[in-house]
Amino acid sequence: MLRLERRAAPSPVMRFVTPLLAVAMSILAGGALFAVLGHDPVRALYGFFVGPVTTTYGVAELAVKATPLILIALGLSLGFRAGVWNIGAEGQLTLGALAGGGLAAVVFHDATGPWLLPSMLLAGAVSGLAWAAIPAFLRTRFGVNEILVSLMLAYVALLVLSTLVHGPWRDPDGFNFPQSRYFPDSGLMPIVVDGTRLHVGFPLALLVAGIVWLMLARTVIGFQLDVTGLAPKAASFAGFHPDRTVWFAFLVSGGLAGIAGVIEVAGPVGGQLVPVISPGYGFTAIIVAFLGRLHPVGIVLAALVVALSYLGGENLQITQRLPEAVTGVFQGFLLFFLLAADVLVRYRVRLTSARAAS
Amino acid sequence: MPPSAVPARLQLDGITKRFPGTLANDAIDLRVQPGEIHALLGENGAGKSTLVKIVYGLVAADEGQIVWEGREVVVTDPRAARALGIAMVFQHFSLFDALTVVENVALGLPPGERLDRLAERVVSVADAYGLPLDPHRPVHRLSVGERQRIEIVRALLQRPKLLVMDEPTSVLTPQEVDRLFETLRQLRDEGVSVLYISHKLEEIRSLCDAATILRRGRVVARLDPRAETAAGLGAIMVGTDIRPPRHDRSETTGPVRLAVAGLSQAATEPGESPLVDVAFEVRAGEILGIAGVAGNGQGELLAALGGERLSPPATISLDGGEIGALDVRARRARGLVYVPEERLGHGSVGDLSLTDNTLLSGLRAQALGMLGFLDRGVARRFAGVVVDRFGVATTGPAAVARSLSGGNLQKFLMGRELLQEPRVVVCGQPTWGVDAGAAAAIHQALFDLAAAGAAIVVVSQDLDELFLLADRIAVLNVGRLSSPLPAERLDAERVGLLMGGVHGETVDA
Repeated sequence: MLRLERRAAPSPVMRFVTPLLAVAMSILAGGALFAVLGHDPVRALYGFFVGPVTTTYGVAELAVKATPLILIALGLSLGFRAGVWNIGAEGQLTLGALAGGGLAAVVFHDATGPWLLPSMLLAGAVSGLAWAAIPAFLRTRFGVNEILVSLMLAYVALLVLSTLVHGPWRDPDGFNFPQSRYFPDSGLMPIVVDGTRLHVGFPLALLVAGIVWLMLARTVIGFQLDVTGLAPKAASFAGFHPDRTVWFAFLVSGGLAGIAGVIEVAGPVGGQLVPVISPGYGFTAIIVAFLGRLHPVGIVLAALVVALSYLGGENLQITQRLPEAVTGVFQGFLLFFLLAADVLVRYRVRLTSARAAS
Repeated sequence: MPPSAVPARLQLDGITKRFPGTLANDAIDLRVQPGEIHALLGENGAGKSTLVKIVYGLVAADEGQIVWEGREVVVTDPRAARALGIAMVFQHFSLFDALTVVENVALGLPPGERLDRLAERVVSVADAYGLPLDPHRPVHRLSVGERQRIEIVRALLQRPKLLVMDEPTSVLTPQEVDRLFETLRQLRDEGVSVLYISHKLEEIRSLCDAATILRRGRVVARLDPRAETAAGLGAIMVGTDIRPPRHDRSETTGPVRLAVAGLSQAATEPGESPLVDVAFEVRAGEILGIAGVAGNGQGELLAALGGERLSPPATISLDGGEIGALDVRARRARGLVYVPEERLGHGSVGDLSLTDNTLLSGLRAQALGMLGFLDRGVARRFAGVVVDRFGVATTGPAAVARSLSGGNLQKFLMGRELLQEPRVVVCGQPTWGVDAGAAAAIHQALFDLAAAGAAIVVVSQDLDELFLLADRIAVLNVGRLSSPLPAERLDAERVGLLMGGVHGETVDA
């Protein structure tokens, strides 16, 4: 008989093993799903996980998709460590894209100077954090649940984007398509590998991961986030102000999501604002953050795995005519199995003897 | 009575239980006779809790057998234990605050009984054992002593043959303790066996008929506690003679270090106690003891003194400077250290290392480098010093706080504050659930600090501790503090009466 027994201390080994276990279980469950749907599971799994990265272009695409996930998940992980739940990164990404894109497509669409892209990134960061400041303010001032506010504001942001590209920001020469003017070349993400879409956003994301790692491991603010999340009363004992923690988590995660939004519209989206600029990166980054154990290195790895699920879904759609929903199903499997496997961090499985079980 | 005449109610033969890294119980034999109050005595970490959890079916033994009234049994879970006639009253109550007494009792019993019938049974059992209890009052309106009565009544409703009690008196007033002992003696006279876990030696001597003493998972003695002195029992329990802390009570005429005047606070959340016009002074070298039943404002007073809750500036002053509006860190910078009541989750973070836990209160003093960077090397050395100086049993500064036994963690937390050369020490329950050896070390450290000129406030529910430590004692009752009186002019009876006014009765001091 199987029995769960509480460990004396959370197992550090299991903290690393359970994400791998979750990935393995997702592959198994995915294979079973393909088989039930009448597809050859081996061929489908190959097409999902290996097919997309057999070419240089494919590998570059993996990094392109991982970039926004890394940036957003890094920001979210700070709050999640402290028990601050920003669920609305998709909205902050959208607002960032609007500000940066608006700068390039509406205000300075003739600009040629090298200052344009940095200004766009800055504008994106500022408006992303401003959007995130709303739930932070309501939580700290009135005790309003930040999960609900940040989530609902994500839908508001998407509607703002839609309104603008359907209306005032629509390209006058665009045959009435709901899209903005193209950005000038100086407002596009520079490509780092010719023949691919890999842009400077990816190394930038890795740099941010390094900074976040340093902050978490070595600074007071990182310590403060951990203490606040693990034991709020101990944080109060240490003199850490809970409101400042909430503000910090929201402003940083909102700012990073805003930057990710600019990077998307100035990179893979193609240098213009369109009604849909993200396949839900802001929500998927929540899975990435947890799959990566809220640790910067883990987040980079997890972002690559989850990015593969986007590419794999597209690949199966093209080559084997499977619905693109496969991507969402895989992401759901990942989160589900991760949460289920996490019980092993605090508990061990014991085979109880027949005598004790009788 | 020869053991062959009547089989023992409970007999444990060679019970062994291993946990990762420790041998919690090592071949323990224990025998509890019918109608006997049997003490299970031992330091923290001696294996008492593990042993009773095995008896109650919460933990399975690796080896050994349980013999119940002459018959070998396997206790797989608490339900099996209750079916045999074993009932347990835990140290920490499992009650729902929002429900009434009878509803809470019903939750612990097999379903199917109507609440009004059950309420009658509660009243009849409660009356029969001198445990007055109104079945229809919501639990949040009850004192800690009354809450414990619910647990006892719930246990008695099952007509147990063996009642296991885990440190039942740590939260009671002296009067409540007396009443509990009468109940337990009455049960004994009816033939019920009681397995009584405690480390309060005087209690065991006055209540128990037999004692089994554990040390590091092994039985080191079986004896009649009535024939021993408290010091003798303590020596067997700890393994060495406990050196009673020494303190030369000099005339404390130092300058006033900590002054509190007109400190009032409304209760902002349900379950909180207000503070009403609290005022006292503590001089350099003096120890002020604050007694009171749990839930009368201790936590709120500690938070207000420590700086977790702010007050108008003039209500609290340290060496003449107003600090009421300063936060925890600013007060620490001025030399006020603070040890909260709860060790895990408030005074420390269970999942973090001892090194990181020193950073909670020692951040500014110990390890804050440039630009908000932490110097963990400094913190690690400081944690090492605390461990050495206070004899904390642990694998080292890298151990997580949760892995320490209660007594060792408390020694660490006290040491962390006391080594910061404080001018004022505010501590809650410094030795709650701590074994005698560790308690003596903590008391000695407080005496040493007082001798060095610190002003010390100790909030505790343990009257023996307060009489040992304090120069003056005041009592906190529903957020009001009685005026402090010299300890030698008070006795337990008088303080107990002041404490007991749980529902608003007051006694002039």
